[in-house]
This record gives sequence, C-alpha cells and structure tokens, in this order.
Amino acid sequence: MKLRKLAVTASLAAIGLSAALTAPATYAAEEQFFPVLAYRTGAYAPNGAPWANGYVDYLKLTNARGGVNGVKIIFEECETGYATDRGVECYERLKGKHGGATVVQPLSTGITFALTEKAPVDKIPLVTAGYGRSESQDGSVFGWNFPLIGTYWMAADVLVQHIAKKEGGFDKLKGKKIALVYHDSPYGKEPIALLQERAKMHGFEVSLLPVAHPGVEQKATWLQIRQNKPDYVFLWGWGVMNSTSLKEAQATGYPREKMYGVWWAGAEPDVKDVGDGAKGYNALAMQHGAEQGSKVVKEVLEKVHAKGQGTGPKDEVGQVLYMRGLISAMLSVEGMRAAQARYGKGKRITGEQMRWGLENIVLDQKTLDGMGFGGVMRPVQTSCLDHMGSAWARIHTWDGKKWNFTSDWYQGDEKVLRPMVISTAGKYAEEKKIVRRTAEDCKK
Amino acid sequence: MAFFLETLLGGLMSGMLYSLVALGFVLIFKASGVFNFAQGAMVLFAALAMARFSEWIPGWLGIESLFVANVLAFAVAVVIMFVVAWLIERLALRHLVNQEGATLLMATLGIAYVLDGIGQTIFGSAIYKIDVGMPKEPVMMLESVFEGGILINKEDFIAALIAALLVISLSIFFQKTATGRALRAVADDHQAAQSIGIPLDRIWVIVWCVAGITALVAGIIWGSKLGVQFSLSTIALRALPVVILGGLTSVPGAIIGGLIIGVGEKLSEVYLGPFVGGGIEIWFAYMLALVFLLFRPQGLFGEKIIDRV
Amino acid sequence: MFYRENGQFKTTYKADQQAFVIPQDRWAIVALVAFAFLGVPLLVDEYMFRAILVPFLILSLAALGVNILVGYCGQITLGAGASMAVGAYAAYNFMIRVDGMPALAAILLGGLMAALAGIVFGAPSLRVRGLYLAVATLAAQFFWDWAFLRIKWFTNNSSSGSVSVADINLFGWTINSPTDKYLFCLGVLVAFSVMAKNLLRGNMGRQWMAIRDMDVAATVIGIRPMYAKLTAFAVSSFYLGVAGALWGFVNLGSWEPAAFSIDRSFQLLFMVIIGGLGAISGSFFGAAFIVILPIFLNQMLPLVGSLFGLEVSIALVSHVEIIIFGTLIVFFLIVEPHGIARLWATGREKLRLWPFPH
Repeated sequence: MKLRKLAVTASLAAIGLSAALTAPATYAAEEQFFPVLAYRTGAYAPNGAPWANGYVDYLKLTNARGGVNGVKIIFEECETGYATDRGVECYERLKGKHGGATVVQPLSTGITFALTEKAPVDKIPLVTAGYGRSESQDGSVFGWNFPLIGTYWMAADVLVQHIAKKEGGFDKLKGKKIALVYHDSPYGKEPIALLQERAKMHGFEVSLLPVAHPGVEQKATWLQIRQNKPDYVFLWGWGVMNSTSLKEAQATGYPREKMYGVWWAGAEPDVKDVGDGAKGYNALAMQHGAEQGSKVVKEVLEKVHAKGQGTGPKDEVGQVLYMRGLISAMLSVEGMRAAQARYGKGKRITGEQMRWGLENIVLDQKTLDGMGFGGVMRPVQTSCLDHMGSAWARIHTWDGKKWNFTSDWYQGDEKVLRPMVISTAGKYAEEKKIVRRTAEDCKK
Repeated sequence: MAFFLETLLGGLMSGMLYSLVALGFVLIFKASGVFNFAQGAMVLFAALAMARFSEWIPGWLGIESLFVANVLAFAVAVVIMFVVAWLIERLALRHLVNQEGATLLMATLGIAYVLDGIGQTIFGSAIYKIDVGMPKEPVMMLESVFEGGILINKEDFIAALIAALLVISLSIFFQKTATGRALRAVADDHQAAQSIGIPLDRIWVIVWCVAGITALVAGIIWGSKLGVQFSLSTIALRALPVVILGGLTSVPGAIIGGLIIGVGEKLSEVYLGPFVGGGIEIWFAYMLALVFLLFRPQGLFGEKIIDRV
Repeated sequence: MFYRENGQFKTTYKADQQAFVIPQDRWAIVALVAFAFLGVPLLVDEYMFRAILVPFLILSLAALGVNILVGYCGQITLGAGASMAVGAYAAYNFMIRVDGMPALAAILLGGLMAALAGIVFGAPSLRVRGLYLAVATLAAQFFWDWAFLRIKWFTNNSSSGSVSVADINLFGWTINSPTDKYLFCLGVLVAFSVMAKNLLRGNMGRQWMAIRDMDVAATVIGIRPMYAKLTAFAVSSFYLGVAGALWGFVNLGSWEPAAFSIDRSFQLLFMVIIGGLGAISGSFFGAAFIVILPIFLNQMLPLVGSLFGLEVSIALVSHVEIIIFGTLIVFFLIVEPHGIARLWATGREKLRLWPFPH
C-alpha cells in the first residue's frame, strides 16, 4: 500500500517537475528580460534584501515611466542565498527565459568569479557595480564584466587617500599601522593587493585579520587589535559581520572614529542595532549615501510605492543599500538605452548589443539631474577599455541616527590603479589564452 | 602579561557561553540518545521569538516599560519553546525510537531546516535586537598592577554568571527533584526505567523542554551580544568540540569542556594565528578536542565505552 | 510476470557469484546505462545538463564515496566536503604546476591526494568511535577549509583565493559543451561504480562490512581493524577527491573553498542516509533526491502560488523550500529509515511475485 502511494506521488512529482522545467519560453518583442539574482534569506539577508528591493523598484519605475523607448522590462528573482553553486544554478535557470537574459548582476563576488567564465560563452554581460573582481575593469581582457562606478582596489585606494589627508599628507603615513578586518572570501581578499602596494609606496604597515563566515565570532580578532593598537581599522565585511565588528570594537574600546568600512560595510543594517555604539564610525560611500531627499526616491515613492507596487517596506526606500540596488539597475537600464540608440529604438536588444551599450554609457550631470540623480552621483562614462566608468567616492559617518557625508569627493588614483589592473588582467589573459581586444574589435 | 590574562579571561568567558549551548546537546543526548543538531536552530528560534515579541508586545498592549515587555516576551518565548519541544518529540522523534545514531542525527538536521524556515517566515530574516539592558562598554581592572589594566567585557562577565547560574539550577533540578531523578534513571537505562513505571514519552518531552529553555537563555545572551540573525544558528558548530571534549553524557563535562575550548581557541588565535595567517580558532578547537579524544575516546567525563561481543 | 527467475539455473560458481545474478537486472542496468549515454543527450536541454544532470552525476560519485565509508564500514563522517576540497585543489595544483599534465591524470592524482589526507584524518577512527568520530571528522573539514583559504601556495597565490581552470582536454576531445561534460562525468561515474561494486563484494568489502557490524567481533575473527578502517577511509576519500576535482573542473570551472563547505558534507551524508546506507544504488537515489528536490520546490512553489492567485516572494519560497525539505527528510527517515534503496528492494521483491503474490 505504502509503496504504491509513494510510487504514485513520485511519478506525479516527476511529471510536475518536467512540466516546470520545460515551461515554454514565451516573450513579446517589446520586452527585455532582466534576471534578478538576490538573497532574501540566510546569513546575508539583512543586506541582500534592501539591495534587491532597490533594484526591482527601479525596474518597476522604468516601466512606470513608459519603459525604455517603449520597451518594457520584465524581471524574475531567484534566490541565491549568497552561495556560489546556487547562484550558478539561478543563472543557468534564468539565462534562457523570456527570450534570453541580456544582463546579470550576481551581487556576490564569489558568484561573479564563477560566472566570469560562463558569460563570454553565453554572451551575457555581468554588471557588478561596486563589487566583483577589480582587474575586470580592463574591458579588453574581461569583455563581459562591468564593475561599474567602483572596484575594491579603487575603494581601498580612496580610503588610503582619505587617511593620508587626515594625517596631513602621504609622507605622514610612514610607520602607521592599518589593520584590515575582512570577510574571509574572495570579496574580503580583493583589497589586499592594493593595500600592500600602497604600503610599499608610503611605508605603512598592513596587518591582515580574516574573519570566517558568517562572522559572528570575532573576539580573538579584536583582542589582537587591542594588542597591536593599529592607527586605523579598515572593515571589509558583509552581513552580520559588520555589526558584530562594531559591537566588538565597542566591547574592546577601540575608537569607532578610526574605523573605516568599505561601501558594503556602511549601510543602515550594519549600524542600526548598534545604535550609539557605532557613533563616529566611517564608511566609504560609493558616490551615494542614504538619499531619502533625492528626486528619484520621491519619484519611486510616488510612482511605485504609492500605487502599492513597492517591493520592500516604504521606510527603506532611499537607504544606502537600497540606493545601491537602484543605481545598479539604473546603470543597466542606461546601458540598454545606449544600445537601443545604436541598434534601433524600441527594439529588443541582444546580449552583445547590451555589451556595446554598457561600454558606451555617457551620463553627464544634466542627464543625471534629469533622471533625478542630481546630488546622488557624479557623471559616468564607460568605454571599451574602461569598464568602471567613474572612480569617485566619498566618506560618510554614522551619527547614531543617520549617515552624514563628512568628506569631499576623492578619485581613485589612476597612477596606482591602472598598472595593477593591466598587469593582473594580463596575467589572467595569459592563463586563459585570451587575446586582448583591439580598438577595431571595440567598435563592433 | 596583562594581555595574556586578558586573552585568558576572554577565552574563559566565551567558553562559558559555548558550554551554555553545549548543555542543550548533553541534556538531550543523555536522556534519549539523540545527538541534537537542531540545538543551534532552537537557539535561533528562541532568540527570534524573544526579540520579535519584545518588539511587538509594547505595541499590542501599550506598555511603555522595557522591563515588562522583556518579561512578557520571555514568558511567551518559553511557551513557544515548550510547544516546539513537544511538537518535535511528538511528530518526529517518537517515531524514530531505537534507530541508529546517524539516522537520529540526520533527523535532527531535518528538524533544524524546518525550524530555520519557520522561524524566518514568521519572524523575518533581518537583524533584530534583544535589549535586556546588558552593559556594552568595557571596564578596566587591576590598573594598579598592570600598565593599562586588564580589559573586562562587562557583558561577557554577566553572561558567564548567568550561564553558571543556569548550570547550578539545572544540577539542583537533576539531583533533588523527582523529575530530575526520573530523568537520570532514564539516562542510565531506558528499559529499567520503564519497568519501574517511568513514562518514557513524558520524560522525553520534559528533556526537550529543558533543552528549549537552555536554548532560550543561550539565545538571549548571544542575541543581546551579537544581534539576532540567521547566523546565530551556526554557533552550534562552535559548541560541538565542547560537547565531545567534555563527553556527550556529562553536564560538568560541558562546562569544563567549554572552558578548555574557549581558552584554547582564543590563545591559539592570538598567539599562534599571526604566524600562520589567522582564522585558525575554529579548526584549532576541533583539533584540541580530537587530541583529548585520542587519550579518552569517550571525552573527559563521558561514560566509559565497554565493548562486548 | 516479467521479473520471474524461475527456470534460471546457475550451473557454475562463477555464474552464481557474478555482479548481477538475475539476468533481468543485468539487462536493465545495461539498458539504463546505454540510455544514459545515447538517449539522454538527445532529449534534454542545456539547463537540464548544467544545473541538474552534471551536479547529479558528480554528487552521486561523492555519495558513493561516503556510502563506502558510512554505509559499508560504519564510520560516520562529516568531513566529506573536505576530501572533495583536497581532491579539487590537488588536481588544480597538478594541472598548473606540471607541464602537459593530462586533465584526467590530474583528477585521478587529486583523488589519490585526497586518499592520503583521508588516511591521516581517518587515523583517529582507530581510537574514537561513533558520534565522537563524526564530530572529530569535522576537524578535517574546518582544517582544510582554512588551509585552502589561507595557504597561498595551494591557490597559486591567487589574490582573491579563487582558482579557475581552463577546459579539460581528453585525448584530443575538448570538454566544454554541456553534453560533453555530461558524457565525461557519466563515463567516470560508470567506471567508478563498477569498481565499487566489485570492491564491495570482494575480500575488502567483506572486511569493511564485518567492521561495520561489530568491530570487536571482526577483530576476533582475524580482521585487522587498522587495515580495514584505513582502507575504507582511503577508498572513500579517493572517490570523494575525484568527485571534488570533477566538481571544480567540470561543474564550476572556478571555485573557492566555500564550494566544499560543511554544508556540502551534510548534504552528502543526507544523500546516503536518504538514499540507503550500504547500497550502491542508494547513492544514486539519494543524490537525485537531494539535488533535484530543492530546485524542484523552488520552481514549483511560485507556480502553485500563482494557481491561487498569490505572488510568492522568493524569500517565502526559499523558506517554504527548506521547511518542506526538512519535513520530507524527517518523514523519509520515519517511514523508511533504510532509505530509498530499501523501498526499491521491497518493490523488487513484490515485482518478483506479481501478479500472484501467494
């Protein structure tokens, strides 16, 4: 009896499965598909969810504005849980749907690494705004990666510039000690190369303090910081690790004013439940901070949330990570617009055309103002060789209630970054036997 | 020297916190032979319940006082943990009596998934706060003896005290009450206990309830320290070496084991870590436990394993 | 009716001791393998290959390795992921450090390194037993996790700690399309399954099973526990190492230690326990169950939701997914603690009598 029941259930399940897996791909010509790889569960959900909400809300806003030259955007979310293998599965699942994906944002440096190999084969650009591999700025080798408006090398470079300014010049950095507390993953390791390069240049000392996933156990790390008394602590964490670091800093009495987080360690979920304990903590702002007052946020509230179509809670709109998602979506949409301008307005574009679009994003201040991003970010211009497009960042500080900008704009130093990008990308090209794209190739 | 003492004290105090989680493992293993991998999930679930209810209750009842809200939330969380314990016993483990250890272990892993899912569905997956008024700022001690003094984390200190209190009250419960005696009898020999009229089912429910309470206390302490979030369930992995080092069946073992592991891993991380790149504490804890096991395969205080053919 | 063995008489010992005694079984297996090699590539699409079939084949191989140790030798391990990691990273290092190293050789050498590591970390099993051993094997898990993150040499000084390999070349056959990957993994899996089947019904397998059933008794009848346990660890780790190398080389292409984390170890243990301890087929059933179920749930739930007019958020989907997954595991353990392989065996017994059960 039992057996028969099981057999019936199993076969039903199998039928259902095959039905689910072979669902026909239907799409209309005027739609463009954006897969959304997100994580709303697990250890990194508090940070992943606002990003995804911002991303999706901007896509909804674009549709509310009438699409891109009439082309509506359709999207589908897939939960990766910040795990590489699930992320790859999501990518495989979504890439062929609705006529094919034309841009993917993995929101995880680990998944980016895995997809870097697959993207050129499938001809789908990877947009990794503010994360991913830093050397992928070199578009002649990494033809399909777009670390738009920020890489970790640039981030670390700006942080060093900032403390140099605070100390009164790069020569004052000599003999200073900087501790890097980082998430022990490809993400956390990215800045090390640059920091060591800068350390050689200016004679400061970098000590590396890895924190194992998920980062809730940092007692020993902070004991070491207490022992070594570094002049500055750079925090390269994600998820619950950030708030834990701040709590441990409080518990060991390390001044929060001397702590600098990367832009992924500088959002509301990281500091909110530490409250006053995080007062004075600084973090890098990837151009934008919390932007509740900006025009685009008001537009989202009015055109999306007021209609009951908002993706997340209303009070989250305009927060730091929400804005990051919003801007990531905006950059992809603008890439799509640029591609349409060349390949036919109001038409679906392919992955290759999308790449051309992303390589030819030109957003000057006027365009940004027009889209409601005035004061949020600076102009961006990408090219075939430079997939980053903008190297500006500033610092914001938590005052116990909200984030405030506390520094001028900085620009990542090309003289330091460029040689590193070129040589590391060159090494990769050699390993993978990739021929650098020529100027000729770029025009295609 | 001061720094060494500081590390040592830090280790002792985190050890105390580990043993709090380890206790939950030991209680259940002793009474029912189940190696309960869901303990971490129970800690998370309890902490989530506590955090969310202390947030919701003031809104529902219009209470201003944080203290009253916390007490009420605690009471609700206790009831919830009882229900969870009862359901686990009733729906899953009762049907798995006499299965092999590995099967039971896998079943508790399945339960852990269910608890993680339900907990996050009901209570959400953001970071929540448990505010029971723990002091966060450090204090300096013995400044006259050492230069710069020894930094003591008040929160850790209070947490360690609570853990110690819990252990003492559990020991009294086990030694002095009738239920406690029944529990010990069941732990010694299921069949003999049953033959003198101790109802096994009820005892198991009680044990799971007690484990639920320890999970709640651990959840509150860890939660107030770190914030309540999914990652809390991974502390179970930190408590495992404690359990095997102390012995799966011994309550004092969990305490001593916790202290040894806590001190061992902090010292190793601080003094050994920098030479090999850091981040060694977790595997060092397991290696330490393993070394002890090579000399005493049943843990420090575990019952001697006797082989009969 | 179709599964009668009446009238099949064995006239030699050889015939009585072959791998599949009943001809129907033999033909069914041959047909299945033939279908897998020839039929499947014609039927399924790229997603099916990449997201389901290739992971399924590789994890089946890994589950087979775990089953050898847990199901046949009775040593519970929670460090299976670590063995896979050792295999993957060792193969990677052989590949990049030795010029002209054939990929297949690198993968097998990776397995061999995993076997060596398995022997070292299996040594405590001589002293520590049962659940204590299970937890002790976590030492290997966490140690290797750490080692591949921290020791730069293993990752060829890659700044991110993530390593990647180019496409595999096998005697002039470049394995890059999903079908190639599938066929390559299938070939490896079939070869290793045949090896396991023969190993397990031979002298060594019998020793392992004796140790599993009661190690003291086995010692009394003259089985050396050290030899038996360590060979089990070695063989099991070899399988896991090869699976790990395939996982890295074929499935992921570029990976970091998180690909072989403790979750992987749990997943593998789930596979053999749900599938069936001490049954080779159990490894396949278990792998299929654990690989397909979450993906299936993840895709079905929104559809189910849309039937009722609900838009289900992905957070809810993945929560419900793990709830159902956990429930099914507990359910399976209650209904059939010996796993799907036992269900299959029961079904086969019934088929033999059908349609006249009495």
